[in-house]
Amino acid sequence: MKYFKLTTFLVAAAFAQSVSAQTDGGRLDVVIQPEPPGLMLGLVQNGPTQMVAGQLYEGLLRYNSDLEPQPSLAKSWEIAEDGMTYTFHLNEGVTWHDGEPFTSADVLFTTEFLKDSHARFRASFSHVESIETPDDLTVVIHMKEPYGPFINAFETGSMPIVPKHIYEGTDYATNPMNATPIGTGPFKFKEWVKGSYIHLVKNDDYYLDGLPHLDEVYYRVVPDAAARAVAFETGEVDVLPGGAVENWDVKRLTEMEDVCSTSAGWEFFAPHAWMWLNNREGPTADKRFRQAVMFGLDREFVKDVVWNGFGTVPTGPVSTKTNFYSDDVPMYPHDPEKAKALLADMGYDGTPVRLLPLPYGETWQRWAEAVKQNLGEVGIVVEIESADVAGWNEKTANWDYDMAFTYLYQYGDPALGVSRNYTMSQIKKGSPWNNVEGYENPELDKKWDAAAVEPDLAKRAALYNEIQKEIVEDVPVAWLLEIEFPTIYRCNVKNLITTGVGLNNGLRDAWIEE
Amino acid sequence: MTIVGPVLGRLFKAVLTLLAIAILNFFLIHAAPGDPAAVLAGEAGAADEQMIADLRAQFGLDQPFYIQLGTYVGNVLTLDLGYSFRQGAPVLDLILDRLPATLILTLTAFGISLTLGIMLGVAASARVGKPADSLLTGFALIFYATPLYWAALMAVLVFSVQLGWLPGFGYETVGADYTGLQRVGDILSHLVLPALTLGLFFMAVYMRMTRASMLEVAQQDFVKTARAKGLSPSVIRRRHILRNALLPVVTLAGLQAGQLIGGAVLTETVFAWPGIGRLMFESLAARDYNTILGVFLVSAAMVILFNIVTDIVYGLIDPRIRHTA
Repeated sequence: MKYFKLTTFLVAAAFAQSVSAQTDGGRLDVVIQPEPPGLMLGLVQNGPTQMVAGQLYEGLLRYNSDLEPQPSLAKSWEIAEDGMTYTFHLNEGVTWHDGEPFTSADVLFTTEFLKDSHARFRASFSHVESIETPDDLTVVIHMKEPYGPFINAFETGSMPIVPKHIYEGTDYATNPMNATPIGTGPFKFKEWVKGSYIHLVKNDDYYLDGLPHLDEVYYRVVPDAAARAVAFETGEVDVLPGGAVENWDVKRLTEMEDVCSTSAGWEFFAPHAWMWLNNREGPTADKRFRQAVMFGLDREFVKDVVWNGFGTVPTGPVSTKTNFYSDDVPMYPHDPEKAKALLADMGYDGTPVRLLPLPYGETWQRWAEAVKQNLGEVGIVVEIESADVAGWNEKTANWDYDMAFTYLYQYGDPALGVSRNYTMSQIKKGSPWNNVEGYENPELDKKWDAAAVEPDLAKRAALYNEIQKEIVEDVPVAWLLEIEFPTIYRCNVKNLITTGVGLNNGLRDAWIEE
Repeated sequence: MTIVGPVLGRLFKAVLTLLAIAILNFFLIHAAPGDPAAVLAGEAGAADEQMIADLRAQFGLDQPFYIQLGTYVGNVLTLDLGYSFRQGAPVLDLILDRLPATLILTLTAFGISLTLGIMLGVAASARVGKPADSLLTGFALIFYATPLYWAALMAVLVFSVQLGWLPGFGYETVGADYTGLQRVGDILSHLVLPALTLGLFFMAVYMRMTRASMLEVAQQDFVKTARAKGLSPSVIRRRHILRNALLPVVTLAGLQAGQLIGGAVLTETVFAWPGIGRLMFESLAARDYNTILGVFLVSAAMVILFNIVTDIVYGLIDPRIRHTA
């Protein structure tokens, strides 16, 4: 049994360690849910893949919880004053897990590789004119134009550096090495028993002295949410990543002895939830109706009850955690009377509106019921539809909805994770990750575009302030919640979350006390 | 043997049936909204048209529908289950990886439920109307009526969380690297809860069926004759009543056996058992066409196979059926 083993280890470690030093060694069991489709981070970028593969691969930079860039594969960097040149100086003595040296050629190759497989990379590097590698440890990127959020584009999941010697000249998607990923990260891939666990072991040749501390990490696949809670209770796993258990289990688990929890580690993503309101047709096409929805919703109640108090009620499209957030916007407190007045003004005739929740578990279902009840109180007839993930994709991507839940990551900057949902150039059928609501505001589009390439920070901020003020008045979508996913873990696991992406690259510094 | 001819005929029909099922499955799965490329792109939380188009081309989904169907049927006919682009592995490998775990679970549950069910059914029918009968049928009713999902969670809560006797989930102790007997013991301890959860429901079904069938057969004339001959009650029960009463039980057992591959989705999910049921469910959610079609095909083959086996067993139990076959 695992718990016996852990105890033995704890006893042994207690003798070996000095009081203040960080303890080396030990094993960490982390829940992973759902099981990732693959671990080659350059090819697959879904959440679970990022969480596991973020220990195997590295980006040029890391970001702290204030989203400031930190060294990773690049030990230092310079940005030219005009914002047209970025120079990265790479760490010396870095090797791939198979022993090959890591050089600037790998970085250059990565930019080719990711162009084929990584949508976010493609978008941020569309502003790049050329890339030079004057020597093995230097990468110089020349821009077409100054692009404000560019320095935020080098995190592991956004630009994982992939090995040239393994992929050059091969068909990336079918390269057999995808099954045994080779990165530069603090942990190496050992074994993946599909349906059970993924086993990573310490990279003994890691280039940062004394890191990582842990000997091995097991990512455990547990498909049922209640069983995940049990796994933590019985001591089978040490860490429950955010979202691993249903909200109502969080309280019970965090009240257990020697259990800690934190909401940190999601700052870079800043998951922002809203309800798409179809701006093209039906009652939702009327601005007054959309404003009535905002006044009709009791968003604080949902935060407190459905989300057990976790999260923040947003004021608009930009998360409070994301750069350039502004609270100088029209406010929408819960005000049923105002909502009714707006509905009367537009002459809403009681046409039912369909609501499509996200198929991500009980929480979202309850949330839909709360929305239905809130809106029912102001006279809006809501019919809840249901679909599985693929069906939800299909319906939202093809605009077959009236109101639909979603949440998206913001990646630290409005130009990376916010504007894509509101500009007209992002109205494209077939994908649910763009301007699905069909909001059209050419004046604002110009400001979004100008803000993205404005090198002057103050001017950028001013543009985003104007945008936020105006767009919140229009209510293209109903902003619901800045979601918080608390990470639950045993208190003796230290330094678990040290960056703005939390567990996705946190195990490098983590260690187990006693 | 007289059964060889009919069995060959049945096998031929079975192959045709299987092919029809395969084609039907193909239509069904493509009729479901969404496709694997959209799901995979969607999971990345950010995608553009190029990404989805690239994935579709890679998966062969940009081909006309009839060509996709033709490719699939051709593959099935050459016993090639195809490649899972999502998981980056041949479908056959994925299924074979999961097969041992599933078979250990379902066969154990099958064995437990069939043996215990028949034994308890016979015992209950011998004491019909007495307290022991009421007790047994009462328990059977509870097992029969309890949702599998709930029973599983309760079992975990009691035996794993509260009492700490048995592991609550998983197939074996991860990272323990047990070998030999120690590993067998470890797997067995993990097997207890899921196998009982899965087995108790069917045990209840078999017990009720056996009991009812025993009571019915006991009323028939040949039983009276046997009794008049002066045979002992236990011989009558075993050789005259039970043998005739087993036919409907065999029918049910054949149905359960057909689900040995894909019938434990819930149990496998709650107990994190790395079996084929979960592979099927997760592939369905991801619209991983090739994998889901592969699992469907193997499951269908199992159903058909066990239908044939059931027919043979009928003949062994009751010679009259053999002659009319």
